Amino acid sequence: MAKGVWIIAEQRDGALRKISFELASTARKLADSLGAEVSAILLGSGIEGLAAQLGKYGVDKVYVGDSPVLEPYITEAHAAAAAKIIKENDPAILLLGASVQGKDLAARLAGKLATGLATDCTDVKIADGKLLAIRPLYAGKCFGEIVTSANPQMASLRPNVFPVAENAKAAQVVKFDPAVDAAQIKSKVLEVQKDTSGKVDLTEANVIVSGGRGMKGAEGFPLLEELADVLKGCVGASRAAVDAGWRLQKDQVGQTGKVVSPNLYIACGISGAIQHLAGMSSSKYIVAINKDAEAPIFAKADYGVVDDLFKVVPELTAACKKLLA
Amino acid sequence: MNIIACVKQVPDTEAQIKVKADGSGIEEGQIKWIMNPYDEYGVEEALRLKEKNGGDVTIVSLGPARAMETIRTALAMGADKGVHVCDPALDNADAYVTAAALAAVIKGLPHDIIFCGQRAVDDDSGQVGPILAELLGIPQLTIVTKTEYAANTIKAIRPIEGAQLLIETSLPCVVTAQKGLNEPRYASLPGIMKAKKKPVDVKNAAALGIDTQAKAKVAKFIPPPARAAGKIICGDDPAQKATEVARLLREEAKVI
Ligand SMILES: Cc1cc2nc3c(=O)[nH]c(=O)nc-3n(C[C@H](O)[C@H](O)[C@H](O)COP(=O)(O)OP(=O)(O)OC[C@H]3O[C@@H](n4cnc5c(N)ncnc54)[C@H](O)[C@@H]3O)c2cc1C
Repeated sequence: MAKGVWIIAEQRDGALRKISFELASTARKLADSLGAEVSAILLGSGIEGLAAQLGKYGVDKVYVGDSPVLEPYITEAHAAAAAKIIKENDPAILLLGASVQGKDLAARLAGKLATGLATDCTDVKIADGKLLAIRPLYAGKCFGEIVTSANPQMASLRPNVFPVAENAKAAQVVKFDPAVDAAQIKSKVLEVQKDTSGKVDLTEANVIVSGGRGMKGAEGFPLLEELADVLKGCVGASRAAVDAGWRLQKDQVGQTGKVVSPNLYIACGISGAIQHLAGMSSSKYIVAINKDAEAPIFAKADYGVVDDLFKVVPELTAACKKLLA
Repeated sequence: MNIIACVKQVPDTEAQIKVKADGSGIEEGQIKWIMNPYDEYGVEEALRLKEKNGGDVTIVSLGPARAMETIRTALAMGADKGVHVCDPALDNADAYVTAAALAAVIKGLPHDIIFCGQRAVDDDSGQVGPILAELLGIPQLTIVTKTEYAANTIKAIRPIEGAQLLIETSLPCVVTAQKGLNEPRYASLPGIMKAKKKPVDVKNAAALGIDTQAKAKVAKFIPPPARAAGKIICGDDPAQKATEVARLLREEAKVI
């Protein structure tokens, strides 16, 4: 009988990423309602020391696959190592992060394990002893409740949505041999180009200040950077702003960009096309600044200001600075 | 080069999505159907690769009868031939079943490289490319924004959170296309005329010998949570309105 709730922790450069704690905390909740244990798979090289941090968030057991072939992340190597330990232990539920790496690995593993996977979930619960995963479809224009007929029942969790909760457990370390033959791995990371801005990715940001065609040009965006800096947030953009070359592709929010769910989304000079709304409607609070009172963005906004953004944004930056001083 | 591009027909991104009253699916009556935007980047990349190295481009799609329009669109863009997996038994195919069907088709074709979209904008699941790669036993490069080809290898740029990776792998492999990879061409009028005569093979599940049982099912479709009506901050003075927004964010929403 398949049992236990498992996660695959994500680490980069020897540090666990926040999504790993979100996974551990969520797995703990599911396991408690099943009366089961939480186990984590931790893969990489020289990473055994990270196991204890997972214990803090409710992990009972950490299966550590430590080998140079597992660093840096390569799909084939990580999928092979994870599949081996999963097949040996037959967990009922397996959670990963819906980060770029997590999604890449989760889908490959679902193929290897011939099981079902719910991608980018915003809620997970237990119903009738089984995993019920809730996820946006059509970029959030509707939601689906997903059930999986095979084991492990897999889900990847959207970063920044699930709360992190401390719940100290033993985090007993179990080392295993990943048994990955380096000669069989066909892919290689040649270069890692780090973004030196020091900003987190939009999908992980708590505050996003986004600009659209109303910004009039790339030169309008420093205004938004200033507001974002005060609020410790990131700058996003509509597709119109990206396609005009004012912002990089990685900043695009929407159905063909990133789907984001920050605590606060401030849309400046963005009309609120359906494809844009699809990417940001699950934000907790939405502020819209637009000079057109009829712009559809106002239908989604908690707070709307009908005015010229070039007059409002600098004042908002000043007002926030004052409040936060 | 033998190049494959997988395509899916999806609702236009403009489409309003309405959940059926019983939650069993979405209302399809009013929907206009298009090629998944990410697949367009894959088809374009396939065509550019063929134009550079010679060879041919085969379009593979699983979908109901209407998906033939999407295959014809790709043929009109310049692809050479198509395979349409069409079977009512596959109407509820999940990512695994879809990938299994595509893999069964592709195993029967010579293939040096396979393009998919990084995700389809209907179920947004992003699984078909990787599962397909697994079932074919070849490497995958997902969410790719740039490629460079050599004889038997490909180098690709993959953006991840806070960095970009340059990865090299051997062919054959599966590449999943991200926006930014290229600018897809429009089908020309002569292209559309020619596409009508290009061969498209239609196959059902039995011919492919695949299990049609989905591993993951959408048990219920739910409309998104309604957002309560917001406040419009009134007044003539931008500074005053901005101050009021800041106050509300701090005191009411408590997000700053
Ligand atoms: C297949 C497909 C996929 C797409 N995917 C996406 C996607 O992922 N993300 C996305 O964003 N879009 C996407 N789009 C594009 C989308 O349809 C819209 O074209 C786009 O979102 C519009 O961007 P915008 O709101 O910045 O520009 P516009 O719609 O032009 O709106 C500009 C707004 O700025 C306001 N404005 C102008 N000047 C000022 C000022 N001084 N002060 C205040 N307000 C001002 C105007 O009133 C207007 O409302 C997609 C389209 C297609 C066809």
